Amino acid sequence: MTEKKIKVLVAKPGLDGHDRGAKVVARALRDAGMEVIYTGLRQTPEMIAEAALQEDVDVVGLSILSGAHMALTPRLMDLLKKNGQSNVQVFIGGIIPDEDVQRLKEMGVRGVYGPGASTEDIIRDVKMSVAG
Amino acid sequence: MTSFQAILEGDRLALSRLLTQVENDAPESRAALIELFPHTGRAHLIGVTGAPGTGKSSLVNQLALHYRKAKDKRVAVIAVDPTSPFSGGAVLGDRVRMRDLAGDPGVFIRSMATRGSLGGLAQSTANVARVFDAAGFDIVVIETVGAGQSEVDIARLAHTTLVVEAPGLGDDIQAIKAGILEIADILVVNKADRPGVEATEKALKSMLELAHPARRVFRHHGIEMETPLYQVESRHPLWIPPIQRTISIDGGGVPELVEAIERHASYLAQSGDRALRERARLEAELEGLIREELVERFRREISAARYEKVLEQILQRELSPGEAVKLLLNGRFK
Repeated sequence: MTEKKIKVLVAKPGLDGHDRGAKVVARALRDAGMEVIYTGLRQTPEMIAEAALQEDVDVVGLSILSGAHMALTPRLMDLLKKNGQSNVQVFIGGIIPDEDVQRLKEMGVRGVYGPGASTEDIIRDVKMSVAG
Repeated sequence: MTSFQAILEGDRLALSRLLTQVENDAPESRAALIELFPHTGRAHLIGVTGAPGTGKSSLVNQLALHYRKAKDKRVAVIAVDPTSPFSGGAVLGDRVRMRDLAGDPGVFIRSMATRGSLGGLAQSTANVARVFDAAGFDIVVIETVGAGQSEVDIARLAHTTLVVEAPGLGDDIQAIKAGILEIADILVVNKADRPGVEATEKALKSMLELAHPARRVFRHHGIEMETPLYQVESRHPLWIPPIQRTISIDGGGVPELVEAIERHASYLAQSGDRALRERARLEAELEGLIREELVERFRREISAARYEKVLEQILQRELSPGEAVKLLLNGRFK
């Protein structure tokens, strides 16, 4: 039996077109030995949940710079739950005001990362979240 | 209820989880593969290969759309991308080009990393295709990694192999080299709205004119698996790969490409070639599994210390590897 790889979906929901951060994180997770499925720009929560289901991922990483995180995130969390994937760990990166970070975590988001976050921290947190 | 029954009833999460188990070669997946094997052999497997950047993923997107809209077929897509030889990680980016397929329950896209396999597919791609086949998908499209000249495993797996070229990628010398062009059942010149398309098409055409009918011999673990074409030739003309122009950004030429795939499928059925290829493929698989099993059994029977000692003797040039094999196998597997 081959070693179980951590599978991560990196997605950009919403309408902003800035995907450099998402690509940097995707690359860092790849270099940490994970399999990263990159889905590109302007994804709806429905598209992201569908991709997470088809790919049977352990982790979903969202990059949101548009300010729409409080609208997009709960919809995705609901869809994951509806599909039977409440085991999937959700991480968010982007421009997220401090007061929203707590609310996102209460929704079940595992980690939130703003500008200047180190990829090493993200890798460590992703690995820990999958380990249990 | 076993996962397989759930899959037959359309449970997509169960399907997805089984695919993961198959990919990881988990013990549960072996039982499931045994259970689903009788339900396989119905889907048409289409391989899509070609150099990086020729537009394979976009073409797969258009192919799947056409099969959904015009043919009402259920379509599974297996998109393979390379694993890093250094970190073991991978970025699988083919879905980026397949967003038109989102939201359609008749489509299932699965990305796979090669995980060290070198032939353009992953080790478990054939079994993943088998699961989709058993789950009732009519068409399974398998997109290989961006292939160079020798990633030809797809031809053993797929019923119809498309080799995708784009204008400006190479001259007629590239076209007469052995390897990837030889495995094409259909040659696709994608990006046909770009300049240079006539030159690319001409180079491919002259390659086809130079080609003379040859038997297809598959090599697997050094054993030649022949598809004896003489049996086919006696009643049916050989299949000459057609050249199809496509523009995958807007779907131009895709209906014609699908027609060519259908012509190839009926050629395979009528000529008996499909059955012969199937036989060669299953025989190669059986052969491979026997090898694996024998190696495993041998490893279980031999003590690690003895193995290490013999290895040390080889290192010291006291034994040649050939003599060592005889020594280690002495008394076994007569």
